[in-house]
Amino acid sequence: MVKWLGRQTLRVVSGFGDFALFTGAAFRSAVQSKRLVRRIVRAFYEQGALCLPVILIVGTFTGLVLGLQGYYVLNRFGSDGLLGALVSLSLVREMAPVLAALMLVGQAGSALAAELGIQRNSEQIVALETMGVSSHGYLVGPRLIAAIVVFPLQTALFVAVGLWGGSLSGSLLLGVDSGVYWSAVERAVESPDVRECFIKAAVFGFLTMSICAYHGFNAHRCRSATGARAVSASTTRAVVHSSIVVLAADYVITSFLV
Amino acid sequence: MAASTQADLLLQVEGLTKCFGDHVVLAGVGLNVRRGSVSTVLGPSGAGKSVFLKCLADVVRPDAGEIRFDGRLMALGDPVARAEFRRRCSFLFQNNALFDSLTALENVALPLEQTTDLPNRAIRERSLEALRQLEMENYGEHYPGQLSGGMQKRLALARAIVTRPELVFFDEPTAGLDPLRRNAVFAMIAKYQRQFGFTALIVTHDVVEALVASDRVALLEHGRICFEGTPAEFSASTLPVVCGFRDSAEALGNTLAAIRRGEDIQPGDS
Repeated sequence: MVKWLGRQTLRVVSGFGDFALFTGAAFRSAVQSKRLVRRIVRAFYEQGALCLPVILIVGTFTGLVLGLQGYYVLNRFGSDGLLGALVSLSLVREMAPVLAALMLVGQAGSALAAELGIQRNSEQIVALETMGVSSHGYLVGPRLIAAIVVFPLQTALFVAVGLWGGSLSGSLLLGVDSGVYWSAVERAVESPDVRECFIKAAVFGFLTMSICAYHGFNAHRCRSATGARAVSASTTRAVVHSSIVVLAADYVITSFLV
Repeated sequence: MAASTQADLLLQVEGLTKCFGDHVVLAGVGLNVRRGSVSTVLGPSGAGKSVFLKCLADVVRPDAGEIRFDGRLMALGDPVARAEFRRRCSFLFQNNALFDSLTALENVALPLEQTTDLPNRAIRERSLEALRQLEMENYGEHYPGQLSGGMQKRLALARAIVTRPELVFFDEPTAGLDPLRRNAVFAMIAKYQRQFGFTALIVTHDVVEALVASDRVALLEHGRICFEGTPAEFSASTLPVVCGFRDSAEALGNTLAAIRRGEDIQPGDS
Protein backbone atom coordinates (compact mmCIF):
# COMPACT_ATOMS: atom_id res chain seq x y z
CA MET A 1 0.00 0.00 0.00
CA VAL A 2 2.78 2.42 1.00
CA LYS A 3 4.76 1.35 -2.04
CA TRP A 4 1.76 1.95 -4.30
CA LEU A 5 1.15 5.35 -2.72
CA GLY A 6 4.81 6.28 -3.17
CA ARG A 7 4.79 5.17 -6.79
CA GLN A 8 1.64 7.17 -7.53
CA THR A 9 3.06 10.25 -5.82
CA LEU A 10 6.25 9.99 -7.85
CA ARG A 11 4.19 9.57 -11.02
CA VAL A 12 2.12 12.67 -10.29
CA VAL A 13 5.17 14.76 -9.37
CA SER A 14 7.10 13.65 -12.45
CA GLY A 15 3.98 14.33 -14.52
CA PHE A 16 3.88 17.92 -13.26
CA GLY A 17 7.59 18.27 -13.93
CA ASP A 18 7.18 16.90 -17.44
CA PHE A 19 4.29 19.30 -18.07
CA ALA A 20 6.35 22.26 -16.83
CA LEU A 21 9.28 21.29 -19.07
CA PHE A 22 6.92 20.86 -22.02
CA THR A 23 5.38 24.31 -21.53
CA GLY A 24 8.79 25.92 -21.02
CA ALA A 25 10.15 24.26 -24.16
CA ALA A 26 7.10 25.44 -26.13
CA PHE A 27 7.63 29.10 -25.18
CA ARG A 28 11.41 29.01 -25.51
CA SER A 29 11.33 27.29 -28.92
CA ALA A 30 8.52 29.50 -30.18
CA VAL A 31 10.47 32.65 -29.41
CA GLN A 32 13.51 31.23 -31.25
CA SER A 33 11.52 29.90 -34.21
CA LYS A 34 11.13 31.56 -37.59
CA ARG A 35 7.94 33.07 -39.00
CA LEU A 36 6.28 33.01 -35.59
CA VAL A 37 3.82 35.82 -36.30
CA ARG A 38 2.18 33.92 -39.14
CA ARG A 39 1.54 30.91 -36.91
CA ILE A 40 0.25 33.09 -34.07
CA VAL A 41 -2.21 34.69 -36.51
CA ARG A 42 -3.31 31.20 -37.55
CA ALA A 43 -3.83 30.30 -33.85
CA PHE A 44 -5.82 33.54 -33.40
CA TYR A 45 -8.09 32.36 -36.18
CA GLU A 46 -8.50 28.87 -34.65
CA GLN A 47 -9.21 30.08 -31.12
CA GLY A 48 -10.88 33.34 -32.10
CA ALA A 49 -12.87 33.37 -35.34
CA LEU A 50 -13.77 29.67 -35.30
CA CYS A 51 -15.01 29.86 -31.68
CA LEU A 52 -17.05 33.06 -32.11
CA PRO A 53 -20.43 31.33 -32.68
CA VAL A 54 -20.21 29.24 -29.51
CA ILE A 55 -19.15 32.28 -27.43
CA LEU A 56 -22.00 34.37 -28.85
CA ILE A 57 -24.63 31.68 -28.32
CA VAL A 58 -23.56 30.64 -24.81
CA GLY A 59 -22.98 34.27 -23.77
CA THR A 60 -26.45 35.32 -24.91
CA PHE A 61 -28.22 32.45 -23.16
CA THR A 62 -26.21 32.92 -19.97
CA GLY A 63 -27.28 36.58 -19.92
CA LEU A 64 -30.90 35.66 -20.65
CA VAL A 65 -30.99 33.14 -17.79
CA LEU A 66 -29.21 35.49 -15.37
CA GLY A 67 -31.71 38.23 -16.24
CA LEU A 68 -34.63 35.91 -15.69
CA GLN A 69 -33.44 34.34 -12.42
CA GLY A 70 -32.10 37.63 -11.11
CA TYR A 71 -35.34 39.46 -11.81
CA TYR A 72 -37.51 36.98 -9.84
CA VAL A 73 -35.11 36.91 -6.87
CA LEU A 74 -34.67 40.70 -6.72
CA ASN A 75 -38.36 41.33 -7.35
CA ARG A 76 -39.20 39.50 -4.10
CA PHE A 77 -37.31 42.21 -2.21
CA GLY A 78 -38.48 45.02 -4.44
CA SER A 79 -34.95 45.52 -5.76
CA ASP A 80 -35.40 44.72 -9.44
CA GLY A 81 -33.61 47.98 -10.22
CA LEU A 82 -30.41 46.21 -9.23
CA LEU A 83 -30.81 43.61 -11.98
CA GLY A 84 -28.07 45.24 -14.08
CA ALA A 85 -25.64 45.07 -11.14
CA LEU A 86 -26.39 41.40 -10.50
CA VAL A 87 -26.04 40.36 -14.13
CA SER A 88 -22.89 42.39 -14.76
CA LEU A 89 -21.03 41.40 -11.58
CA SER A 90 -21.96 37.73 -12.02
CA LEU A 91 -20.71 37.81 -15.57
CA VAL A 92 -17.57 39.88 -15.10
CA ARG A 93 -16.31 38.28 -11.92
CA GLU A 94 -17.18 34.61 -12.46
CA MET A 95 -19.39 33.38 -15.22
CA ALA A 96 -17.81 34.89 -18.30
CA PRO A 97 -14.19 33.82 -17.66
CA VAL A 98 -15.21 30.33 -16.53
CA LEU A 99 -17.87 29.60 -19.15
CA ALA A 100 -15.89 31.14 -22.01
CA ALA A 101 -12.87 29.06 -21.01
CA LEU A 102 -14.96 25.89 -20.85
CA MET A 103 -16.47 26.61 -24.26
CA LEU A 104 -13.03 27.31 -25.75
CA VAL A 105 -11.70 24.08 -24.24
CA GLY A 106 -14.62 22.23 -25.81
CA GLN A 107 -13.98 23.67 -29.24
CA ALA A 108 -10.37 24.85 -29.69
CA GLY A 109 -8.77 22.75 -26.94
CA SER A 110 -10.24 19.43 -28.02
CA ALA A 111 -9.41 20.21 -31.66
CA LEU A 112 -5.82 20.99 -30.67
CA ALA A 113 -5.43 17.77 -28.66
CA ALA A 114 -6.90 15.65 -31.46
CA GLU A 115 -4.82 17.36 -34.15
CA LEU A 116 -1.57 16.91 -32.25
CA GLY A 117 -2.49 13.31 -31.40
CA ILE A 118 -3.07 12.48 -35.07
CA GLN A 119 0.15 14.27 -36.04
CA ARG A 120 1.98 12.18 -33.45
CA ASN A 121 0.40 8.97 -34.75
CA SER A 122 1.21 9.69 -38.38
CA GLU A 123 4.84 10.62 -37.53
CA GLN A 124 4.37 14.26 -38.60
CA ILE A 125 5.87 15.42 -35.30
CA VAL A 126 8.89 13.15 -35.73
CA ALA A 127 9.18 14.39 -39.32
CA LEU A 128 9.48 17.96 -38.03
CA GLU A 129 12.26 16.94 -35.67
CA THR A 130 14.18 15.20 -38.46
CA MET A 131 13.97 18.44 -40.47
CA GLY A 132 15.62 20.26 -37.58
CA VAL A 133 12.36 22.08 -36.76
CA SER A 134 11.36 22.24 -33.10
CA SER A 135 7.94 20.61 -32.88
CA HIS A 136 7.30 22.43 -29.59
CA GLY A 137 8.09 25.78 -31.17
CA TYR A 138 6.22 25.13 -34.40
CA LEU A 139 3.08 23.36 -33.17
CA VAL A 140 2.58 24.33 -29.53
CA GLY A 141 4.23 27.66 -28.69
CA PRO A 142 2.20 29.87 -31.07
CA ARG A 143 -1.05 28.38 -29.75
CA LEU A 144 -0.09 29.15 -26.15
CA ILE A 145 0.91 32.72 -26.97
CA ALA A 146 -2.35 33.23 -28.87
CA ALA A 147 -4.42 31.75 -26.02
CA ILE A 148 -3.11 34.34 -23.54
CA VAL A 149 -4.50 37.09 -25.80
CA VAL A 150 -7.55 35.41 -27.32
CA PHE A 151 -9.14 34.10 -24.10
CA PRO A 152 -9.48 37.61 -22.54
CA LEU A 153 -10.89 38.95 -25.83
CA GLN A 154 -13.41 36.13 -26.08
CA THR A 155 -14.32 36.67 -22.42
CA ALA A 156 -14.91 40.37 -23.05
CA LEU A 157 -17.20 39.43 -25.92
CA PHE A 158 -18.96 36.92 -23.68
CA VAL A 159 -19.57 39.69 -21.10
CA ALA A 160 -20.89 42.06 -23.78
CA VAL A 161 -23.41 39.62 -25.25
CA GLY A 162 -24.29 38.36 -21.75
CA LEU A 163 -25.17 41.91 -20.64
CA TRP A 164 -27.22 42.32 -23.76
CA GLY A 165 -28.97 38.99 -23.03
CA GLY A 166 -29.67 40.12 -19.46
CA SER A 167 -31.13 43.38 -20.76
CA LEU A 168 -33.24 41.43 -23.26
CA SER A 169 -34.88 39.24 -20.63
CA GLY A 170 -34.96 41.90 -17.88
CA SER A 171 -36.05 44.97 -19.83
CA LEU A 172 -37.77 43.69 -22.92
CA LEU A 173 -39.58 40.65 -21.47
CA LEU A 174 -39.99 41.46 -17.76
CA GLY A 175 -40.40 45.21 -17.82
CA VAL A 176 -37.32 46.53 -16.00
CA ASP A 177 -36.55 49.99 -17.30
CA SER A 178 -33.72 49.81 -19.82
CA GLY A 179 -32.06 52.99 -18.50
CA VAL A 180 -32.19 51.65 -14.93
CA TYR A 181 -30.65 48.36 -16.09
CA TRP A 182 -27.72 49.93 -17.95
CA SER A 183 -27.01 52.57 -15.31
CA ALA A 184 -26.89 49.78 -12.66
CA VAL A 185 -24.37 47.98 -14.88
CA GLU A 186 -22.26 51.12 -15.15
CA ARG A 187 -22.34 51.77 -11.40
CA ALA A 188 -21.64 48.17 -10.36
CA VAL A 189 -18.62 47.23 -12.48
CA GLU A 190 -15.34 48.74 -11.33
CA SER A 191 -11.86 48.44 -12.72
CA PRO A 192 -10.71 45.76 -10.19
CA ASP A 193 -13.58 43.58 -11.42
CA VAL A 194 -12.49 43.98 -15.01
CA ARG A 195 -8.87 43.33 -14.06
CA GLU A 196 -9.89 40.14 -12.22
CA CYS A 197 -11.90 39.04 -15.25
CA PHE A 198 -8.97 39.49 -17.65
CA ILE A 199 -6.42 37.91 -15.32
CA LYS A 200 -8.62 34.86 -14.92
CA ALA A 201 -9.21 34.59 -18.66
CA ALA A 202 -5.50 34.85 -19.50
CA VAL A 203 -4.55 32.26 -16.87
CA PHE A 204 -7.31 29.91 -18.01
CA GLY A 205 -6.19 30.32 -21.61
CA PHE A 206 -2.59 29.49 -20.82
CA LEU A 207 -3.44 26.52 -18.58
CA THR A 208 -6.11 24.92 -20.73
CA MET A 209 -4.28 25.19 -24.04
CA SER A 210 -1.08 23.90 -22.41
CA ILE A 211 -2.93 20.91 -20.98
CA CYS A 212 -4.67 20.16 -24.29
CA ALA A 213 -1.42 20.48 -26.23
CA TYR A 214 0.44 18.32 -23.69
CA HIS A 215 -2.07 15.48 -23.90
CA GLY A 216 -2.28 15.56 -27.69
CA PHE A 217 1.48 15.86 -28.13
CA ASN A 218 2.06 12.86 -25.86
CA ALA A 219 -0.78 10.70 -27.22
CA HIS A 220 1.76 7.95 -27.99
CA ARG A 221 2.52 7.64 -24.27
CA CYS A 222 -1.07 6.64 -23.50
CA ARG A 223 -0.90 3.41 -21.47
CA SER A 224 -4.44 2.22 -21.94
CA ALA A 225 -4.71 2.45 -25.73
CA THR A 226 -2.82 2.79 -28.98
CA GLY A 227 -3.52 4.34 -32.40
CA ALA A 228 -6.87 6.03 -32.92
CA ARG A 229 -8.03 5.05 -29.43
CA ALA A 230 -4.99 6.73 -27.93
CA VAL A 231 -5.95 9.94 -29.76
CA SER A 232 -9.50 9.68 -28.49
CA ALA A 233 -8.32 8.91 -24.93
CA SER A 234 -5.84 11.79 -24.92
CA THR A 235 -8.49 14.20 -26.27
CA THR A 236 -10.94 13.14 -23.57
CA ARG A 237 -8.28 13.50 -20.87
CA ALA A 238 -7.32 16.91 -22.25
CA VAL A 239 -10.90 18.21 -22.01
CA VAL A 240 -11.60 16.70 -18.59
CA HIS A 241 -8.32 17.88 -17.04
CA SER A 242 -8.67 21.35 -18.55
CA SER A 243 -12.23 21.73 -17.25
CA ILE A 244 -11.21 20.69 -13.74
CA VAL A 245 -8.20 23.00 -13.82
CA VAL A 246 -10.41 25.95 -14.89
CA LEU A 247 -12.65 25.50 -11.85
CA ALA A 248 -9.75 24.89 -9.45
CA ALA A 249 -7.75 27.84 -10.79
CA ASP A 250 -10.89 30.00 -10.56
CA TYR A 251 -11.12 29.33 -6.85
CA VAL A 252 -7.41 30.01 -6.28
CA ILE A 253 -7.38 33.27 -8.27
CA THR A 254 -10.61 34.48 -6.70
CA SER A 255 -9.28 33.81 -3.20
CA PHE A 256 -6.21 35.93 -3.98
CA LEU A 257 -7.96 38.78 -5.77
CA VAL A 258 -11.15 39.26 -3.77
CA MET B 1 45.17 5.06 -48.88
CA ALA B 2 43.71 4.51 -45.45
CA ALA B 3 43.25 8.28 -45.00
CA SER B 4 41.42 8.65 -48.31
CA THR B 5 39.13 5.77 -47.38
CA GLN B 6 38.36 7.44 -44.06
CA ALA B 7 37.54 10.72 -45.82
CA ASP B 8 35.34 8.81 -48.22
CA LEU B 9 33.05 7.71 -45.40
CA LEU B 10 30.13 10.02 -44.71
CA LEU B 11 28.60 7.98 -41.92
CA GLN B 12 30.33 5.59 -39.54
CA VAL B 13 28.36 3.60 -37.00
CA GLU B 14 29.97 1.52 -34.29
CA GLY B 15 28.48 -0.64 -31.54
CA LEU B 16 24.98 0.85 -31.80
CA THR B 17 22.79 -0.68 -29.11
CA LYS B 18 19.13 -0.12 -28.37
CA CYS B 19 16.85 -1.99 -25.97
CA PHE B 20 13.15 -1.52 -25.23
CA GLY B 21 12.79 -2.91 -21.71
CA ASP B 22 14.29 -6.40 -21.80
CA HIS B 23 13.99 -6.65 -25.57
CA VAL B 24 17.30 -6.05 -27.31
CA VAL B 25 16.57 -4.57 -30.75
CA LEU B 26 20.08 -3.53 -31.75
CA ALA B 27 23.01 -5.40 -30.24
CA GLY B 28 26.10 -3.46 -31.28
CA VAL B 29 25.41 -2.62 -34.92
CA GLY B 30 28.30 -1.30 -37.00
CA LEU B 31 28.05 0.12 -40.51
CA ASN B 32 30.00 2.42 -42.82
CA VAL B 33 28.29 4.48 -45.51
CA ARG B 34 30.37 5.89 -48.34
CA ARG B 35 29.84 9.40 -49.65
CA GLY B 36 27.66 9.50 -52.77
CA SER B 37 26.65 5.85 -52.56
CA VAL B 38 23.32 4.07 -52.29
CA SER B 39 23.55 1.70 -49.33
CA THR B 40 20.79 -0.65 -48.32
CA VAL B 41 20.20 -2.39 -45.04
CA LEU B 42 18.16 -5.52 -45.63
CA GLY B 43 16.48 -7.60 -43.01
CA PRO B 44 13.26 -9.42 -42.20
CA SER B 45 10.35 -7.60 -40.58
CA GLY B 46 11.03 -7.00 -36.91
CA ALA B 47 14.81 -7.17 -37.33
CA GLY B 48 15.16 -3.60 -36.03
CA LYS B 49 15.84 -1.87 -39.36
CA SER B 50 13.55 1.09 -38.71
CA VAL B 51 14.86 1.51 -35.15
CA PHE B 52 18.40 1.46 -36.55
CA LEU B 53 17.53 4.16 -39.06
CA LYS B 54 15.77 6.27 -36.44
CA CYS B 55 18.79 6.00 -34.16
CA LEU B 56 20.96 7.23 -37.02
CA ALA B 57 18.54 10.06 -37.82
CA ASP B 58 18.58 11.15 -34.16
CA VAL B 59 14.89 10.41 -33.68
CA VAL B 60 15.44 7.53 -31.26
CA ARG B 61 18.21 7.82 -28.69
CA PRO B 62 20.49 4.77 -28.71
CA ASP B 63 21.57 3.21 -25.41
CA ALA B 64 25.18 2.89 -26.51
CA GLY B 65 27.37 3.21 -29.56
CA GLU B 66 29.06 5.85 -31.67
CA ILE B 67 27.81 7.61 -34.79
CA ARG B 68 30.25 9.73 -36.76
CA PHE B 69 28.92 11.98 -39.48
CA ASP B 70 31.57 13.38 -41.80
CA GLY B 71 34.17 12.34 -39.24
CA ARG B 72 32.48 14.15 -36.35
CA LEU B 73 31.12 12.24 -33.38
CA MET B 74 27.46 13.13 -32.92
CA ALA B 75 25.59 10.58 -30.86
CA LEU B 76 24.72 10.79 -27.16
CA GLY B 77 25.29 14.50 -26.58
CA ASP B 78 26.83 17.47 -28.37
CA PRO B 79 23.70 19.40 -29.44
CA VAL B 80 25.74 21.51 -31.89
CA ALA B 81 26.91 18.45 -33.80
CA ARG B 82 23.38 17.04 -33.75
CA ALA B 83 21.88 20.27 -35.09
CA GLU B 84 24.51 20.34 -37.85
CA PHE B 85 23.72 16.70 -38.63
CA ARG B 86 19.99 17.40 -38.93
CA ARG B 87 20.66 20.33 -41.23
CA ARG B 88 22.63 18.13 -43.59
CA CYS B 89 20.33 15.08 -43.55
CA SER B 90 16.77 14.24 -44.54
CA PHE B 91 14.46 11.40 -43.70
CA LEU B 92 11.84 9.79 -45.92
CA PHE B 93 9.29 8.00 -43.75
CA GLN B 94 7.62 4.71 -44.52
CA ASN B 95 4.20 6.40 -44.48
CA ASN B 96 5.64 9.66 -45.94
CA ALA B 97 4.61 11.70 -42.83
CA LEU B 98 3.28 14.55 -45.00
CA PHE B 99 1.38 17.37 -43.32
CA ASP B 100 -2.17 16.67 -44.41
CA SER B 101 -3.41 20.17 -43.58
CA LEU B 102 -0.80 21.80 -45.84
CA THR B 103 -0.75 21.82 -49.64
CA ALA B 104 1.99 20.03 -51.56
CA LEU B 105 3.85 23.32 -52.08
CA GLU B 106 3.53 24.26 -48.40
CA ASN B 107 4.80 20.81 -47.41
CA VAL B 108 7.91 21.25 -49.54
CA ALA B 109 8.45 24.84 -48.39
CA LEU B 110 8.13 24.00 -44.67
CA PRO B 111 11.75 22.92 -43.97
CA LEU B 112 13.07 25.97 -45.83
CA GLU B 113 10.71 28.34 -43.99
CA GLN B 114 11.66 26.97 -40.60
CA THR B 115 15.37 26.32 -40.96
CA THR B 116 16.65 29.03 -43.31
CA ASP B 117 16.57 32.82 -43.51
CA LEU B 118 15.70 32.80 -47.22
CA PRO B 119 13.14 35.40 -48.33
CA ASN B 120 9.64 34.15 -49.15
CA ARG B 121 10.14 34.48 -52.90
CA ALA B 122 13.31 32.39 -52.86
CA ILE B 123 11.60 29.74 -50.73
CA ARG B 124 8.71 29.57 -53.18
CA GLU B 125 11.05 29.30 -56.16
CA ARG B 126 13.13 26.56 -54.59
CA SER B 127 10.03 24.64 -53.54
CA LEU B 128 8.53 24.91 -57.02
CA GLU B 129 11.86 23.81 -58.48
CA ALA B 130 11.87 20.72 -56.23
CA LEU B 131 8.30 19.92 -57.27
CA ARG B 132 9.25 20.40 -60.93
CA GLN B 133 12.24 18.08 -60.59
CA LEU B 134 9.94 15.41 -59.17
CA GLU B 135 7.38 16.09 -61.96
CA MET B 136 4.87 17.41 -59.44
CA GLU B 137 4.67 21.04 -60.54
CA ASN B 138 0.99 20.78 -61.45
CA TYR B 139 0.04 19.50 -58.02
CA GLY B 140 1.42 22.29 -55.84
CA GLU B 141 -2.02 23.38 -54.63
CA HIS B 142 -3.23 19.82 -53.97
CA TYR B 143 -3.40 18.42 -50.46
CA PRO B 144 -1.59 15.11 -49.80
CA GLY B 145 -4.94 13.34 -49.38
CA GLN B 146 -5.81 14.27 -52.98
CA LEU B 147 -2.68 12.59 -54.38
CA SER B 148 -2.05 8.95 -55.29
CA GLY B 149 0.36 6.82 -53.24
CA GLY B 150 3.17 7.22 -55.79
CA MET B 151 2.69 10.99 -55.94
CA GLN B 152 2.76 11.21 -52.16
CA LYS B 153 6.06 9.33 -52.21
CA ARG B 154 7.46 11.78 -54.76
CA LEU B 155 6.14 14.71 -52.74
CA ALA B 156 7.85 13.32 -49.62
CA LEU B 157 11.07 13.01 -51.61
CA ALA B 158 10.69 16.58 -52.88
CA ARG B 159 10.37 17.75 -49.27
CA ALA B 160 13.39 15.65 -48.32
CA ILE B 161 15.66 17.04 -51.03
CA VAL B 162 14.55 20.68 -51.02
CA THR B 163 17.11 21.52 -48.33
CA ARG B 164 19.82 19.94 -50.52
CA PRO B 165 20.86 17.35 -47.96
CA GLU B 166 24.03 15.28 -48.20
CA LEU B 167 22.45 12.18 -46.71
CA VAL B 168 18.88 10.93 -47.14
CA PHE B 169 17.49 8.10 -45.01
CA PHE B 170 14.76 5.99 -46.62
CA ASP B 171 12.66 3.97 -44.18
CA GLU B 172 10.99 1.06 -46.03
CA PRO B 173 10.21 3.23 -49.07
CA THR B 174 8.35 0.41 -50.82
CA ALA B 175 6.38 -1.04 -47.91
CA GLY B 176 2.91 -2.11 -48.99
CA LEU B 177 3.46 -1.36 -52.69
CA ASP B 178 2.88 -3.74 -55.58
CA PRO B 179 5.95 -4.96 -57.58
CA LEU B 180 5.52 -2.36 -60.33
CA ARG B 181 5.37 0.50 -57.85
CA ARG B 182 8.29 -1.00 -55.90
CA ASN B 183 10.40 -0.90 -59.05
CA ALA B 184 9.24 2.66 -59.73
CA VAL B 185 10.23 3.82 -56.24
CA PHE B 186 13.71 2.27 -56.43
CA ALA B 187 14.15 3.72 -59.92
CA MET B 188 13.09 7.10 -58.56
CA ILE B 189 15.60 6.90 -55.71
CA ALA B 190 18.41 5.88 -58.08
CA LYS B 191 17.51 8.61 -60.59
CA TYR B 192 17.34 11.44 -58.10
CA GLN B 193 20.35 10.19 -56.15
CA ARG B 194 22.38 10.59 -59.34
CA GLN B 195 20.69 13.89 -60.20
CA PHE B 196 21.20 15.52 -56.80
CA GLY B 197 24.27 13.60 -55.68
CA PHE B 198 23.12 12.82 -52.15
CA THR B 199 24.12 9.72 -50.24
CA ALA B 200 21.22 7.34 -49.73
CA LEU B 201 20.77 4.88 -46.90
CA ILE B 202 17.74 2.65 -47.41
CA VAL B 203 16.24 0.05 -45.13
CA THR B 204 13.96 -2.47 -46.83
CA HIS B 205 13.15 -6.14 -47.09
CA ASP B 206 12.82 -6.10 -50.88
CA VAL B 207 15.93 -8.09 -51.84
CA VAL B 208 15.71 -8.10 -55.62
CA GLU B 209 15.11 -4.36 -56.04
CA ALA B 210 17.70 -3.49 -53.39
CA LEU B 211 20.38 -5.56 -55.09
CA VAL B 212 19.75 -3.83 -58.41
CA ALA B 213 19.58 -0.28 -57.05
CA SER B 214 22.32 -0.32 -54.38
CA ASP B 215 26.09 0.08 -54.35
CA ARG B 216 26.45 -1.58 -50.93
CA VAL B 217 24.21 -4.02 -49.09
CA ALA B 218 24.11 -5.00 -45.42
CA LEU B 219 21.95 -7.63 -43.76
CA LEU B 220 20.58 -6.92 -40.30
CA GLU B 221 19.33 -9.88 -38.34
CA HIS B 222 18.89 -10.48 -34.60
CA GLY B 223 20.11 -6.96 -33.90
CA ARG B 224 23.46 -7.38 -35.67
CA ILE B 225 24.87 -6.77 -39.13
CA CYS B 226 25.45 -10.31 -40.41
CA PHE B 227 26.76 -9.32 -43.82
CA GLU B 228 28.14 -6.22 -45.50
CA GLY B 229 29.37 -6.02 -49.08
CA THR B 230 28.46 -5.30 -52.67
CA PRO B 231 25.29 -6.70 -54.26
CA ALA B 232 27.48 -9.18 -56.22
CA GLU B 233 29.10 -10.38 -52.99
CA PHE B 234 25.65 -10.71 -51.43
CA SER B 235 24.42 -12.79 -54.36
CA ALA B 236 27.47 -15.03 -54.17
CA SER B 237 27.56 -15.35 -50.39
CA THR B 238 27.28 -18.83 -48.90
CA LEU B 239 26.59 -17.58 -45.38
CA PRO B 240 23.49 -19.50 -44.17
CA VAL B 241 21.79 -16.32 -42.90
CA VAL B 242 22.31 -14.59 -46.27
CA CYS B 243 21.18 -17.68 -48.22
CA GLY B 244 18.10 -18.02 -46.04
CA PHE B 245 17.08 -14.42 -46.67
CA ARG B 246 18.18 -14.19 -50.32
CA ASP B 247 16.68 -17.51 -51.40
CA SER B 248 13.41 -17.15 -49.52
CA ALA B 249 11.37 -17.18 -52.75
CA GLU B 250 13.07 -20.37 -53.88
CA ALA B 251 12.50 -21.90 -50.44
CA LEU B 252 8.80 -20.98 -50.68
CA GLY B 253 8.66 -22.76 -54.07
CA ASN B 254 10.20 -25.88 -52.53
CA THR B 255 7.75 -25.79 -49.62
CA LEU B 256 4.76 -25.40 -51.94
CA ALA B 257 6.03 -28.24 -54.16
CA ALA B 258 6.38 -30.47 -51.10
CA ILE B 259 2.84 -29.58 -49.95
CA ARG B 260 1.51 -30.40 -53.44
CA ARG B 261 3.29 -33.76 -53.25
CA GLY B 262 1.36 -34.41 -50.06
CA GLU B 263 4.31 -34.18 -47.68
CA ASP B 264 3.62 -33.04 -44.14
CA ILE B 265 5.36 -29.67 -44.13
CA GLN B 266 4.84 -27.00 -41.48
CA PRO B 267 4.91 -23.40 -42.73
CA GLY B 268 8.31 -22.00 -41.72
CA ASP B 269 10.14 -25.32 -42.11
CA SER B 270 11.83 -24.07 -45.23
